[in-house]
Amino acid sequence: MDIIHQGLLDIVGEGHISNQQEELFIYSWDLGTTEPHRPDYVVSPRTPQEISRILELANRHRIPVIPLGGGLSLAGLAVPFRGGIIIDLKRMDTIIEVNEQARYAVMECGVSMGQLTSYLERKFPMLTHSEPGAPPTATVAGNAAIHGQGDLAHPYGFNSDMVNGLEVVLPTGEICRFGACSIGAQWFTQHPLPDVGLFLGWTGTTGIITKISLRLFPCKNIRGTAMFVVDNEDYVPDIYHRISRTQMAEDIIAFSQTIPPYASGLQHFTINLAADSEKELEFKKELIFDDALGEYIRRGDGGYLGFTYGLQHPQISKTADWRKGGGFEYVGGIMPVSCYPQCYRRGKEISDRHDIPYTVLGRCIGAAHAMMFSWTYAFNRADPESVRHAREAMHETDELALELGGAIWKPGLYGQRLVMSRLNPNTLNLMKKIKKLLDPNGIMNPGHWEES
Amino acid sequence: MYELNFDVQKCLHCPTHACLTRCQHMDIDRDTAGREILKIAAGEDSFVLHDCLTCYACEEYCPMGNHPFYLIVKRQEELNVQPLPRPLIQRGINIGKPFRGEPKINKVNGRALLMGAFADHMFLIQGRLFEGLPVISDDPRKMFHYFCQLMYLHYARISVINERLPGVIETITRHNVTEAICFHDECYGTYTSYCPSMGIEVPFRTVHFFEFLYNRLVELRNLIRPVNLRVAYQRPCSSRLSPGKLRFVYDIFKLIGAEAVQRKYVGRNALCCGGIIEGQRREGSRKRASEIQGLNISDMKDAGAEVCVFNCPACYHTLAHLVEKEGIRPIFMSDLCRLAIGEQPAGWR
Ligand SMILES: Cc1cc2nc3c(=O)[nH]c(=O)nc-3n(C[C@H](O)[C@H](O)[C@H](O)COP(=O)(O)OP(=O)(O)OC[C@H]3O[C@@H](n4cnc5c(N)ncnc54)[C@H](O)[C@@H]3O)c2cc1C
Ligand code: SF4
Ligand code: SF4
Repeated sequence: MDIIHQGLLDIVGEGHISNQQEELFIYSWDLGTTEPHRPDYVVSPRTPQEISRILELANRHRIPVIPLGGGLSLAGLAVPFRGGIIIDLKRMDTIIEVNEQARYAVMECGVSMGQLTSYLERKFPMLTHSEPGAPPTATVAGNAAIHGQGDLAHPYGFNSDMVNGLEVVLPTGEICRFGACSIGAQWFTQHPLPDVGLFLGWTGTTGIITKISLRLFPCKNIRGTAMFVVDNEDYVPDIYHRISRTQMAEDIIAFSQTIPPYASGLQHFTINLAADSEKELEFKKELIFDDALGEYIRRGDGGYLGFTYGLQHPQISKTADWRKGGGFEYVGGIMPVSCYPQCYRRGKEISDRHDIPYTVLGRCIGAAHAMMFSWTYAFNRADPESVRHAREAMHETDELALELGGAIWKPGLYGQRLVMSRLNPNTLNLMKKIKKLLDPNGIMNPGHWEES
Repeated sequence: MYELNFDVQKCLHCPTHACLTRCQHMDIDRDTAGREILKIAAGEDSFVLHDCLTCYACEEYCPMGNHPFYLIVKRQEELNVQPLPRPLIQRGINIGKPFRGEPKINKVNGRALLMGAFADHMFLIQGRLFEGLPVISDDPRKMFHYFCQLMYLHYARISVINERLPGVIETITRHNVTEAICFHDECYGTYTSYCPSMGIEVPFRTVHFFEFLYNRLVELRNLIRPVNLRVAYQRPCSSRLSPGKLRFVYDIFKLIGAEAVQRKYVGRNALCCGGIIEGQRREGSRKRASEIQGLNISDMKDAGAEVCVFNCPACYHTLAHLVEKEGIRPIFMSDLCRLAIGEQPAGWR
């Protein structure tokens, strides 16, 4: 047994470390088009102290460390490009506290979105969180680490805007806290302490989040989805604005896709509504569909498709099924909502060029302050040519997102380099300094946010 | 090119003009009704074309079997009177397009249950009632090859029905089916009412699902234990095309010990689920649908119904939650029958 293996074993104990080839093989892939890279070890720690010791060991041996939550971010964000130690955080899955009055939950980093949802449903049915459309094993910290967004994005913004406090193990092993919790108070607010926003959006390159406090929100008795449809993409920004203006919707998503045929060429909206009574629900429907959108209906330009009780998460993964071989990956752009028509048309052109059925979706973030627009590309994992097409389509889309004046959300290496090539040079310099300061040996998730 | 068999002479000699005077959604006297139906028959515009909620009921009201509803829809299409907003029509038309390869054709050489575009409701087809019965269209990925298309009556698109239906009939025929038991009223109405009215040939016999269920229950009579439930039946719009089969609903209830509650909105006066109305273009359609639903459900409730019985999955989708909120349990007819023979219903919630 080599010295690193022995060191890791001493820290996490038997059963929580592996360098078995079959396990390393599994950890070398993610779901998307990124080429696989094998790690040297996989460990599954239980405490921040264990993580701290792992990082000290990794620094001593200058070996890369890659934090891994649910591994669902696609784009190769947790693929070990230079080998090293994958720290699988799923064992750190305790929901430590739910504060009903101040509406927040303090959790270990490996708590999954599905776990939090079912916990709240069972124990705190009056509270909910902003659940992303990702498979339920996505972790709360992994999501915040990439600025994810969920089904309360319209009223409340990015999930990383909902962070009240963090516990982070720095690359050099120190355990720090941020937010009110750092002065011993409760985990109920991030402000008003000096801003040290060094960990959200850094894809695990500046430290490992071990605890997170996330805001929770009132959960109404009735939740469900209404649908609206138009046949002209140019209407979409106006519709986002009209619905948003009513301040009545929890989530507003527009989508269009080749398959199934009913969705092709049309722009469907799913609009989540919540109410404590039928009376409240009817009031909201009236404001949105009779008042805000009534003009579209009367002109014959827009159609109301009814309201379904109960929430369904966007089933983007079904797209994987449109091609034999079950692969899909998407580029997400954080875009001005006014760009929806160009995002749709240009995305469709890219899909057509690569002979991939087009699938696009725009989720409204904040009061139409932005949207997360995703361009999804299906591919056949068993066919390298099809994977190549999807990868090229993704690269073209990364460029498109920037060209249209947006920012790429959770970019892969290609997108990160594009972003860095356009970054204000002083900002880029600051980022490099911060990275150097926090991670002097460059062990954290290497490859990411580095110039080539 | 198919032509609707509509006989103006019948209208000229019609004593009632019941097609329009009985309409629950427009207030039309006899003279106006006579004048408007003749205008429509002559290819002219009429307020009826604009105000019709496409509830199908006039097909049942006409005592002469003269297909006034098909006529209305045909004229709406010709005169471009769109009951629904344009995107809903395009969406609807696209829904019926098969997109996941060709279906597998199993030769049944006899009778079979035809699920049409409801293969995703195969979970209902379980237990002794269906033992040994071959099924056509049991794969949700292929079900649109069996879609009867009649839904497009709501969309003012007779042309789409006529263009696609012969292909659908051919696909069903390739199964070598002699007798198709239609799971849904809409399929049954297509083959027994719409096709004859258009001169479209149907080379197999059809049996209504309720007639089949009734006959099976009679065969399994020994297993029946009275369900002792007070029930209301939600009549779907397409059952207006086969009003003669409505009696099987009540025959089944009688056989299984379900008491049909005394209601105002029942039989010919039944109210539809409102699902299609809420999306219509006319100002106030969403509210109107919700009012119709409210009237319908409070009528069930006032009559003391414990259970609301559905056959149409679309009605179920639209109303199940709403009836449930009023303390009435929604159930599919086949599930109610299964309950009566001591089986656990699949969709009982
Ligand atoms: C079908 C599908 C639908 C999706 N829909 C959405 C959606 O609606 N909204 C949305 O936001 N996302 C969505 N996603 C993207 C993604 O799955 C989620 O954002 C998910 O929450 C990411 O969390 P994870 O635990 O899987 O992260 P991972 O993929 O494990 O990690 C993400 C990144 O963060 C780093 N990281 C992980 N944990 C930590 C930690 N504790 N500390 C520091 N760094 C860490 C990793 O190294 C990696 O760089 C979707 C993905 C799929 C496959
Ligand atoms: S359609 Fe029927 S009911 Fe109406 S006027 Fe003609 S014959 Fe009479
Ligand atoms: S379909 Fe219904 S609403 Fe339309 S005219 Fe006939 S009965 Fe009246």
